[in-house]
Amino acid sequence: MNVLFAIIQTLLFIALAPLLAGWVKWCKCHLQNRRAPSLLQPYRDLIKLTHKQPVVSKDASWLFIIAPYIIFSTTALAVSVVPLLAVDLPTASSADVIVLVGFLAFARFFLVLAGLDVGTAFGGMGSSREMTISAMAEPAMLMAVFTLTMTASTTNLSFAIDHVLQEGLVLRPSFIFSLSALMLVAVAETGRIPVDNPATHLELTMIHEAMILEYSGRHLALIEWASQLKLMLYGVLIANIFFPWGIAETFSLSVLGYGLLAIMGKLALLVVVLAISETLLAKMRLFRVQEFLSFAYLLGLLGMLSHIILEAAH
Amino acid sequence: MGIENLDHYSQIILSLAALVMLSSFIMLAQGRLLRLVFVFAVQGFMLVSATAIAAYSFNNPHLYISAAITLALKVIFIPWMLRRHILKLNMHRDVEALNNKTAIMMGGASLVVFSYYVLHPIMQNSSMVLLNALSLSLAVILLGMLLMISHHQAIAHVVGFMSIENGLFFAATVSTNGMPMVVELGVAFDVLVAAVLFGIFFLHINSSIDSLDVDKMNRLNEVDQ
Repeated sequence: MNVLFAIIQTLLFIALAPLLAGWVKWCKCHLQNRRAPSLLQPYRDLIKLTHKQPVVSKDASWLFIIAPYIIFSTTALAVSVVPLLAVDLPTASSADVIVLVGFLAFARFFLVLAGLDVGTAFGGMGSSREMTISAMAEPAMLMAVFTLTMTASTTNLSFAIDHVLQEGLVLRPSFIFSLSALMLVAVAETGRIPVDNPATHLELTMIHEAMILEYSGRHLALIEWASQLKLMLYGVLIANIFFPWGIAETFSLSVLGYGLLAIMGKLALLVVVLAISETLLAKMRLFRVQEFLSFAYLLGLLGMLSHIILEAAH
Repeated sequence: MGIENLDHYSQIILSLAALVMLSSFIMLAQGRLLRLVFVFAVQGFMLVSATAIAAYSFNNPHLYISAAITLALKVIFIPWMLRRHILKLNMHRDVEALNNKTAIMMGGASLVVFSYYVLHPIMQNSSMVLLNALSLSLAVILLGMLLMISHHQAIAHVVGFMSIENGLFFAATVSTNGMPMVVELGVAFDVLVAAVLFGIFFLHINSSIDSLDVDKMNRLNEVDQ
């Protein structure tokens, strides 16, 4: 029963991810005084792409063709670990948060290889940039996550969220720091402004888009879907770890429905914050990303310090 | 006992202490003077709210007065004055080139560890959990000094000096429920006088070396080289 629920929840996660991407676009368009496309536009794009014939360069190896499937399935696995509607997930107890970071790193590794594989200049450039950014973002992310795991004394996401829920409202300075660190890392990892611009047409400034320039058809659809999943994954992580109220603790239908409403509300609010920051900020120079991410690392470090200094028992 | 056993007021005060420290770090990395002054005003405001909450939760009405003085001086008057100077001296478009920002930030993080290490023996003997915030105020003081060392502009030095004063004020508030009123008024008056004097100095430095970059003062020699 629980396993069935875990599968259903993962499928729901995958199905809702394009909707979230559509909502991001909708918010941004309205903030920038443009006419917004329909919320369902990402679904239409995905369907359109799956119907198109993929064009593959004659120099591409098998890696180029297999990479989208690996990226999508690894991201889907990562998603299955994150509690979306209910705390008590059987999959969450089999893989902890470090494995989650590992899944994401694995998917990125194949994306980078695929970018290098066809041998175009932009693909290689995008891959090298992606690796640079991820090398700096990962320590910051782990630092933020360790603060949480030290508080809950477990690396398991389900137990950690349960711990925060049981404790009730406790204002922890360390959570403020790790929340802001995780937000900065999420911006960098999902390729949003100010680190990367997902809607850019300038190849020289691209990071994520440069790697997937050569993809088309259903391969492109899978990669796009995976990056939408990743955006939603970070959103759900932030929403459910730091504001877990509303998440279902039992498996009754009404509680689950309430949990679905709660997480959708939280994500919608989070996306409004993202859209506002994307509208206010300009994309920064690549060489300033290092400062941005070292600031995120500093925040994570301060979070851990203030956990030890301010919150530990003396 | 951990933080979950404290009441919400103490939790808010501790969180504000952490945010005051964070604002010190943001000031450390800030190259634009107007933004530096703005962050300084925000730091002052967080200090005021922490003091007001401390006044309410410890039932200590004279802290309201010191909160009000801080609000008037550090949140409104001094930032307004610094802002006016920056605009008048036409420095709001300058971006200060801070060399090795990352190293400075990491140095700041190690200062936080250091101040915790120094104050740890005191906290062991103390029953007040709020004394924890003392190590953060020491960190704010040290970060203010680091700000003065790492920046070249005289206005940034003034902001660093004032944020040292913020740290002292916060230490006094959380550890001894505020200084005696006479001392507090004296300090506030001193800060006010210092702010006015700094303003005069800005004009003089600017008219004599045509810049507020104190590194250029090294060129001032009796003998031409």
